[in-house]
Amino acid sequence: MPSTKGGATGSVIETFGLTKRYGRHLAVDRLDLTVPRGSVFGFLGPNGSGKTTTIRMLMGLIEPTSGRAKVLGRPMPFQARRVLPQVGALIEGPALYGFLSGRDNLLRYDSADPTADPRTRRARAEAALDRVGLTAAAAKKAKAYSLGMKQRLGLAAALLQPRALLVLDEPTNGLDPQGMREIRSLVRELASEGTTVFLSSHLLDEIEQVCTHAAVMTQGRLITQGPVAELAAGARGRLTVTTPDTGDAARVLKELGVADLVVTEDRVTGEPPGADLADVNAALVEAGVRVRGFGVERASLEDAFVALTGEGFDVAG
Amino acid sequence: MSRAEADAVAGTGTPVPGKSAPAAPETGAPEAPGPAAGPASASDSGPRPVRLAWTLGLFRSELSITFRRWRTLALLAVLAAVPVLVGIAVKIETSDGGSIGGGGPDGGGGPAFIAQVTNNGLFLVFTALAATLPFFLPMAIGVVAGDAIAGEASAGTLRYLLVAPAGRTRLLLAKYATTLTFCLVATLVVAVSALAVGALLFPLGEVTTISGTRIGFGDGLLRALLIALVVAASLIGVAALGLFVSTLTSSGIAAMATTVGLLITVQIIDQIPQLHAVHPYLFSHYWLSFADLMRDPIYWDDLVKNLGLQALYAGVFGSAAWARFGAKDIAT
Repeated sequence: MPSTKGGATGSVIETFGLTKRYGRHLAVDRLDLTVPRGSVFGFLGPNGSGKTTTIRMLMGLIEPTSGRAKVLGRPMPFQARRVLPQVGALIEGPALYGFLSGRDNLLRYDSADPTADPRTRRARAEAALDRVGLTAAAAKKAKAYSLGMKQRLGLAAALLQPRALLVLDEPTNGLDPQGMREIRSLVRELASEGTTVFLSSHLLDEIEQVCTHAAVMTQGRLITQGPVAELAAGARGRLTVTTPDTGDAARVLKELGVADLVVTEDRVTGEPPGADLADVNAALVEAGVRVRGFGVERASLEDAFVALTGEGFDVAG
Repeated sequence: MSRAEADAVAGTGTPVPGKSAPAAPETGAPEAPGPAAGPASASDSGPRPVRLAWTLGLFRSELSITFRRWRTLALLAVLAAVPVLVGIAVKIETSDGGSIGGGGPDGGGGPAFIAQVTNNGLFLVFTALAATLPFFLPMAIGVVAGDAIAGEASAGTLRYLLVAPAGRTRLLLAKYATTLTFCLVATLVVAVSALAVGALLFPLGEVTTISGTRIGFGDGLLRALLIALVVAASLIGVAALGLFVSTLTSSGIAAMATTVGLLITVQIIDQIPQLHAVHPYLFSHYWLSFADLMRDPIYWDDLVKNLGLQALYAGVFGSAAWARFGAKDIAT
């Protein structure tokens, strides 16, 4: 029974030609996504690129126009009742009952899960509150929470049970830098416990810091997916020489076959040549160039993104 | 319903073995998330079984949430105030020793039974129910039913209930059961408040039925309870209608307003003689038939028609709500 063994295929989320059309607008266009088990998977794209629509389809909230999706090896939305108890989700920000306390919000959501044991409900809610650092504010009404606190409470709701998969849509929205760091370390901690984390974000550096794998979407289409290291390697790093003698440096580098030279105030950059970089450095020094800094700047995911899309990282029209 | 929930209440889930290790036997309680949960627990935990008793947790949660909202309490307070106002008005009106209205149960200018209130405080129960059934009670039901799904949708909490996963059918059933519970509670609030005010302001004693026979106070009290139950059952149709409207929109306010608007429209249509052909199909048409419970012997015809009509509304609009909600894209 391959359909019941998500572990056998090694992927936690799989979609096949997943498509969602609203009238004439294609929100998601033939998406083929594969999220490996145990990965921290970054789902990247500008606002409006179809990330949230995809997540809603994966969670059985909206029906695909065409295509199929499997979560934990089972078809969604048809087996939602089997799949979703093992999935914790934060979708498009938290939604809370303002007139209930933070703790009561968690109890409410937990009682909606027919697989959740009511005998351990309070203990699990307390543990989840503790995990996101909300224990002190647990008795406060949720309407008095700040955006960051609401975000934490939403995360706590996703952590009420041990999960095989966590789907976090923009989890650091509304958090201060300290909160962002805490969420990132929480994500790493969960991943180390074996939970697969599917993390959507429009913040490239966030993805780069925590994710092992990533996929990039623009305008409803998947542009690329794979291990973050490979994606970043796709865009080559640049050789950077910091020197007051930019003219001489550029001449020497050109002779050594460095292409695409760009000269700025005290810096010369270009595509790394085939030759050993030590020889390049020696050649510069021999030519009397005063080298203050020398090295290859690692390509960032942002470089990869720009290289892939040929455009900036703006809101899709 | 497109989202198949065929295996919804399957007793035990098939354990899914992890890649390397066989699934741990699903015995003890689920581990709490936290340091105690070892690395293996998250990745290798198979589907937890659905327990039938646990699925009732959602209904209990619905009940507690509904009755903790100050809006619900305000509605109940308004309903409790109606018998107080009616009782005080009758007391003032008759303080000079005169009587109210012309005499017959439906005679005079007031709601049914108001003329008997001065003789027997128990009649305030019937009067108060007759006064609140046309508008106050169904309006309160319309607010609660209309808000049921649409309110969760506009707050965004609906998506989290569904990924919990509450299950669409189960959520709808829990919402409808809660609305029906509210129907009963609202009616009982009116009845109990009326009984208290009636006992406080007027004498109690033997009850004269519409047919002219006399029954003991205990028997009268029993009839009052029966009437309250019938009045509560009369609201089943409005509750189903409100729930259906609630699945059509993502705005709680719009759903409440539409339901109350429909209620008023139906009441107006019921008053237009030229439209008598549709009258027997209006959910409010037989509402005041509860007075027939005060006849001796009880006259059942209209009562049965009323309950049948309510069941029809519940069936039609309940199914419509289920079909609509089951296929709805939740985009809020």
